Amino acid sequence: MTAISLPDPAPAEPRRVSRQELFWGFFSVGLRGFGGVMPWARQMIIEERRWLGEEEFIELFSLCNLLPGPNVANVAVALGARFQGLPGSIAAFGGLMAAPLAIVLALGALYRQYGSLPEIGPLLHDLGAVAAGLVLTAGVKLARPHRRKPLSVAVAAAAFVGVGVLHWSLIWVVLGLVPVSLLLHGGKWR
Amino acid sequence: MKLDPLASLAVNFAILSLLAVGGANAVVPEMHRLAVERDHWMTDRDFTDLFAIASAAPGPNVLIVSLIGFKLAGVAGALVATFAMCGPSSLLTFWVTRFWQQARGAAWQGLVRKALAPITIGLYLASGWVLGRAAGTDWPAIAITVATLAILLTSKFNPLWLFGAAALLGLAGIE
Repeated sequence: MTAISLPDPAPAEPRRVSRQELFWGFFSVGLRGFGGVMPWARQMIIEERRWLGEEEFIELFSLCNLLPGPNVANVAVALGARFQGLPGSIAAFGGLMAAPLAIVLALGALYRQYGSLPEIGPLLHDLGAVAAGLVLTAGVKLARPHRRKPLSVAVAAAAFVGVGVLHWSLIWVVLGLVPVSLLLHGGKWR
Repeated sequence: MKLDPLASLAVNFAILSLLAVGGANAVVPEMHRLAVERDHWMTDRDFTDLFAIASAAPGPNVLIVSLIGFKLAGVAGALVATFAMCGPSSLLTFWVTRFWQQARGAAWQGLVRKALAPITIGLYLASGWVLGRAAGTDWPAIAITVATLAILLTSKFNPLWLFGAAALLGLAGIE
């Protein structure tokens, strides 16, 4: 064995990021983004604060996407843990959620007070129709690259019909489909 | 068994936290099923109103959970629901990142990704379908949903403009 080993292609020295930076970095992300903040998290982490390189971010993002739960919250927790352990996770998560939670609660209180006004009903009804379109768009965009894979189409269709049309309990659909999908894709993967 | 509202929020959203493959939007149909169909916490209309508020406000998608909690049990309900929805998945993420280095690039990750992707797709489409059905109580609303889908699929419009346009339509009394 030689003493020389190639360094990781990662940044020369690991960045040191404080808890305060984690909090305020994610605080700024929480205030941006409507109907999804992940693109803004990416911009803050890679471009504005240079906490991670593009490759490292993609790796982190894929892992956080694999794990269940709100994805951006997962990114905050994972990144906080990497730089500052558990207190870092708490700082990043708290920063991400503080402002949006306060805003949405203020809106919720307004809704409780004024939601039944005749002017507000149509307004929210139309906003709800846009929100539905937004989620449908996200689904279609995710689905596009998979449309020629019969296996994926079958599993996606089963999830859609079970949950969306038949209104089955999500827990049984997910617990049933995950092993089936793993087996089906595992066969191909080997 | 009848749980009190806070306990019910905590239990139900803690379970959803671990089922949310692909994020909070994947479990919207289940939230709808629990809140509207099973436990009658709110009407269809309340649910789409709250989802609209959560979508039009800045911040992550998970805020719909906070509003459901708020509707049911005020600020305490919002906090309990939000932490229940984020807690279990955050703990899992925290734990997994601890063996991050060993896990990086492992072959099983590719398999899990391939296997979960279609489930996420199906659940997202189901979410859109359930929301569209709930909001689409008349032709103008259905037209708005379809137009949103068409515009966002064919252009790079910021969705905020569509919310703005819909708000104007709504204020003009068109729904």
